[in-house]
Amino acid sequence: MKKLFLVLVLALTTTLAFAQDKNKKMTMEVDGKCDMCKARIEKAALGVKGVKYAYWDIPTHQLSLILDERKTDPMQVKTALVAVGHDTKELKATEEAYNAVHPCCKYRDDATDDSEKH
Amino acid sequence: MDKFKLAVLFFVFQTACFAQDKIDGVVLEMTAANKEVALQGANVYWLNSQIGTITNGKGEFNIAFSDEYNKLVISYVGFETDTLTITSPGTITHILRPSSELDEVVVEKKRDAVQKSFASTQNVITVNSAELLKAACCNLSESFETNPAIDVNFSDALTGTKQIQMLGLTSPYLLITQENIPMVRGASQAYGLTFTPGTWVESIQITKGAGSVVNGYESISGQINTELVKPFTDELLFVNAYGNVNGRLELNTHINTKLSDKIGTGIYIHGNLRNKKEENNGDGFLDAPVADQINIMNRWQYQNAEKGWVSFLNLRYLNDEKQTGEIDFDPDAWIRLRSANESGSLDDSTYRTQSEALGWGSEINTQRFDASLKLGYVFPELPFQSFGFQTSYSDHRQDSYYGFNRYDIDHKSVFSNLLFNSIIGDTRNKFTTGLTYAYDRYNELVNTGNFSRQDVSAGAFFEYSYENLEKLSLTAGLRIDSHNRLGTYLTPRLHMRYTPWDRGSLRASFGRGRRAANIFAENQQLFASARAIQILDTEGSIYGLDPEDAWNYGVSFLQGFTFLNRPGNITLDYYKTDFKNQVVVDWENPNAVFFYNLDGKSVANSFQVEVNHEILNSLELRTAYKYYDVNTDYRNGNLQKPLQAQHRFFVNLGYETQAKENGAQWKFDYTLHTLGEQRLPNTDVNPPEFRLGEFAQGYSLMNAQVTKVFSKAMEVYVGGENLTNFKQQNPVLGAEDPFGANFDTSIVYAPIMGRMFYAGFRYKL
Repeated sequence: MKKLFLVLVLALTTTLAFAQDKNKKMTMEVDGKCDMCKARIEKAALGVKGVKYAYWDIPTHQLSLILDERKTDPMQVKTALVAVGHDTKELKATEEAYNAVHPCCKYRDDATDDSEKH
Repeated sequence: MDKFKLAVLFFVFQTACFAQDKIDGVVLEMTAANKEVALQGANVYWLNSQIGTITNGKGEFNIAFSDEYNKLVISYVGFETDTLTITSPGTITHILRPSSELDEVVVEKKRDAVQKSFASTQNVITVNSAELLKAACCNLSESFETNPAIDVNFSDALTGTKQIQMLGLTSPYLLITQENIPMVRGASQAYGLTFTPGTWVESIQITKGAGSVVNGYESISGQINTELVKPFTDELLFVNAYGNVNGRLELNTHINTKLSDKIGTGIYIHGNLRNKKEENNGDGFLDAPVADQINIMNRWQYQNAEKGWVSFLNLRYLNDEKQTGEIDFDPDAWIRLRSANESGSLDDSTYRTQSEALGWGSEINTQRFDASLKLGYVFPELPFQSFGFQTSYSDHRQDSYYGFNRYDIDHKSVFSNLLFNSIIGDTRNKFTTGLTYAYDRYNELVNTGNFSRQDVSAGAFFEYSYENLEKLSLTAGLRIDSHNRLGTYLTPRLHMRYTPWDRGSLRASFGRGRRAANIFAENQQLFASARAIQILDTEGSIYGLDPEDAWNYGVSFLQGFTFLNRPGNITLDYYKTDFKNQVVVDWENPNAVFFYNLDGKSVANSFQVEVNHEILNSLELRTAYKYYDVNTDYRNGNLQKPLQAQHRFFVNLGYETQAKENGAQWKFDYTLHTLGEQRLPNTDVNPPEFRLGEFAQGYSLMNAQVTKVFSKAMEVYVGGENLTNFKQQNPVLGAEDPFGANFDTSIVYAPIMGRMFYAGFRYKL
């Protein structure tokens, strides 16, 4: 019985993993510097309908995403990121949006990893 | 006809026109064998635009072309991002260069995702191994002495076994797990915490209040999970030796080997011995048992980060022997007498007289075998999705006697849990679901009575957690279990966390817990008395008693602050456990102990305020005040729980000098526990000389330790316990006549041993 269940779970989840378009994995560079930025970036990305997973790494500035391609695309994520004041390689935040981020997150002057200081 | 031609022409023209305004392309990577392979899922964008796409399974993409943009960006994880200048529509083929540096980062990320727990909504205190070193001894039951969340109590005058309490309730109301597999339960309830050597512990997670439904329905006041050291991360060789002036010697050795980068194994050996007979208070009874324990564990770890598999296999064997009682008691002679009586060659009255001449004694011998297997799989493409399987088997045999009282228990147990974790929509909405199966077979001999039972339960659970990364998070769980004795029932649990402002965190929880009380195993200390054991109910399914059922409610507020430029925090906790049914252990009559179902109210309230602050550089202060109101409706009215101090005060001071490059430093640690007065069980019907007061006076205990770290490999520690030398005056009631009607070793509210010093070393390679 237990074996059967295990096989079922495996079968079910393997199917999910192969359905690539539903779980498109990608990374993009997003500017920021601290844990506060991390929370803001990940929250903005997850706020886009269709984004399932968002992880922003402070030292590398890489945002890893898993998203449902049928519902969204990377540009929509980037639009959401610049809306909360974080620059991406292709899209820059407006001066207005950038000024709205917390003073300690002003990454444009100095984009070093200062997560240790908070 | 002309019209048709026109339409066709127009259509063709349109398509051509459209095709003209596009870039068709393919993105490839060059493998080590110089072969071109399509890159699926690469990002393709126009710089500074809203227009972007991703390559398909053949690495192909198409993107609209416009005069407004001319920089096309192509990026992919693990590859260098390229920007191409494109001025006209057409087709392109592009090869991305790998950047090896980023590959490593990706692996790192996967590991993080595995470790992320959804437990953040719960009031969890994590105790790491550095904290455990502050009290350099010896096993799990003694490792909570520097932590205010857990109270350490003495269970009886004979074995001196330390019992732990949380929120005013003893350990049977806690779910104690080892790597999330239930461990100290059933037959091991009384002494099980002494069966995990301190050096095996990597960290402890203490959850106050209702726990997660994932680990079962048994937790009522909280959960303690122990993570053991792992072959991959523990030292290759670790040796720890400990000795104290009371003749207790301990040796711990760990040997770890990595067989490959995926498989590691470790052998952990613990031995302890106390063969010196300690008797300092003049009552003729040993102050601590003569004891020895051998505890061996073999642990296997398998991990394959690329494929997402993690597995642990544990095998453990334990032999623990304790002998206590009067100082001249000879267990061998007594066993010979007993078997002569049992075989009929010695009549009862001679047996009794000869036994009394031999003196009163007790032996508790335990043999235990444990095996457990854990299997975890994280989907490499979907770090938020995983499944896990845990299973364990244990066989616990304890043979013991306390004078004429005999108690043997054999408990075989099987536990399995299958879990699946994933998300609903996105990672802010996670869930865990799964199935549990548990089997327990008990065989007990209580004097001449045989009790045996088999418990089987199967359950299913679902736990949802919401985490929006900012203000609010929530964990809601529900499980349904069907148990052959407890019936079929639902266990709901809810935890919430709200962040009202900076560094503030407000938590609330409630939940239900149910369990079968193993009345003999949990109250073994009562065998070492002249009390008659009586079960007053007969209708229930467990020893005639009903299952225990309780609800726990709690609120907790944590606020971080900065004072004198150094960080600190303050916590306020209030928890209430409300029993719907409880097996009342009534020992308010010195001649008996009664077990019966609760009729009325039984409530445990606990309030705690805790302040932690780094008062000077490297000088950490931890202080707490606790108030308990634990009262139960006994047959003779509502009473406070006996041997429970209502007021407790705790201080711990820790200081470390700056570590030198080779790791050399000094560490100092000091702990003070102050306990208020404790209500004593009623002894009014005893003759005047065997009566105790209504309350035991309050007292303070102090422990201190100094550690000198010579290098990363070697450190030495010395310490002292009970520095004020406070001792309970008469821990054994009726010690002059242990076979008489007033003999009682169970009323213990303070240490029996006085001041004690110890020393030891740790060596690692």
